[in-house]
Amino acid sequence: MNPSNNAMSTEKHSHETWPDDIYGVLVEEKVRQVVYVPDAGHTRLIERCRANPGMKAVMLTTEEEGIGVLAGAWLGGERGVLLMQSSGVGNCINMLSLSTVCRFPLLMLVTMRGEWGEFNPWQIPMGQGTGPILEQAGVLVHRIDRAADAAETVLAAARIAFSGDRAAAVLIAQRVIGTKVFK
Amino acid sequence: MSGAASKQPKMPPVLERRAVMRALVAERGDMLVVAGLGSTTYDLAAAGDHPLNFYLWGAMGGAAMIGLGLALAQPARRVLVATGDGEMLMGLGALATVAVQRPKNLAVVVIDNERYAETGLQETHTAHGCDLPAMAAAAGFESVHAVRSEAELAALVPLVRRAPGPLFAAIKVTPDRPPFVLPSNDGVYIKNRFREALLGAAR
Repeated sequence: MNPSNNAMSTEKHSHETWPDDIYGVLVEEKVRQVVYVPDAGHTRLIERCRANPGMKAVMLTTEEEGIGVLAGAWLGGERGVLLMQSSGVGNCINMLSLSTVCRFPLLMLVTMRGEWGEFNPWQIPMGQGTGPILEQAGVLVHRIDRAADAAETVLAAARIAFSGDRAAAVLIAQRVIGTKVFK
Repeated sequence: MSGAASKQPKMPPVLERRAVMRALVAERGDMLVVAGLGSTTYDLAAAGDHPLNFYLWGAMGGAAMIGLGLALAQPARRVLVATGDGEMLMGLGALATVAVQRPKNLAVVVIDNERYAETGLQETHTAHGCDLPAMAAAAGFESVHAVRSEAELAALVPLVRRAPGPLFAAIKVTPDRPPFVLPSNDGVYIKNRFREALLGAAR
């Protein structure tokens, strides 16, 4: 991932491997449809999922499409996950009523922008609003602030989604992903 | 019928939406059906309730995407998404997303009255020449149809069931509002009923 942020040397291993840790949970949880709008923070996870012939990777034009795809997947007996950046959460709000009204399981993994060391002011409004807006929309919000917590947090969210028939989001902190810099 | 011939002089539509939906789902076999919010949901209920119907009462712009997820999960089943022109217009990116996946078992059919019937029959973009079949063809749909007549509808129905997809059709209908026929709006019930009918009691 982003090699520029290695300050927390005690977590170096999970800093480098957290996308692999999350991938392992998705495999274990029998996730079959991986729907996404491409994002730098999710690059490795998307690559791993695309390389798995047991997973169907669906590229979206906008994040709200993914909520529909995963509702259809569940109707057809398959589990899925929606990968996006925090700005994409804003695109999802009305479509989230599909998940909450019908109690479709929905697992969303959101890479955060607009918080830790953000260089682009245009990312800040949606980044700062992501958690409260999801909660207002009826989504159970989890957060990963340390890379070492990635696997267990995604597992917890997956269980509450798939066994509790709920919408659950995991916000992956910008500090975990590494702050984007232009050089 | 294939492709989009949009520059012909416009004839007023003759097909009636309830008759169109009845034709689409008659002898449906094990086909799975998703209906977009508003009139197409009422049309599907009027054609006969069925546990393998998923009725939308909201989530505008999402019908084709639900059909895609279902078609990918159930590649041996035919999946029909029947929706309105306003609903389709709200999620046009779905045409690109479906086309990239190329699901052979998915048909997306727009029952096009050129109106937002729910909010008072205001015109949609299709009343002003916006050509949905041309957009689907340009996105990369395999099989694309613009339907205006009884004969074209009769020719389309077997293709909706069997032609290698993804299939897209827009069927021009009169802007009449037939009496409401309302299916359950309990999303949890409709979802669980659908899954039990498709997957059995063990979920």
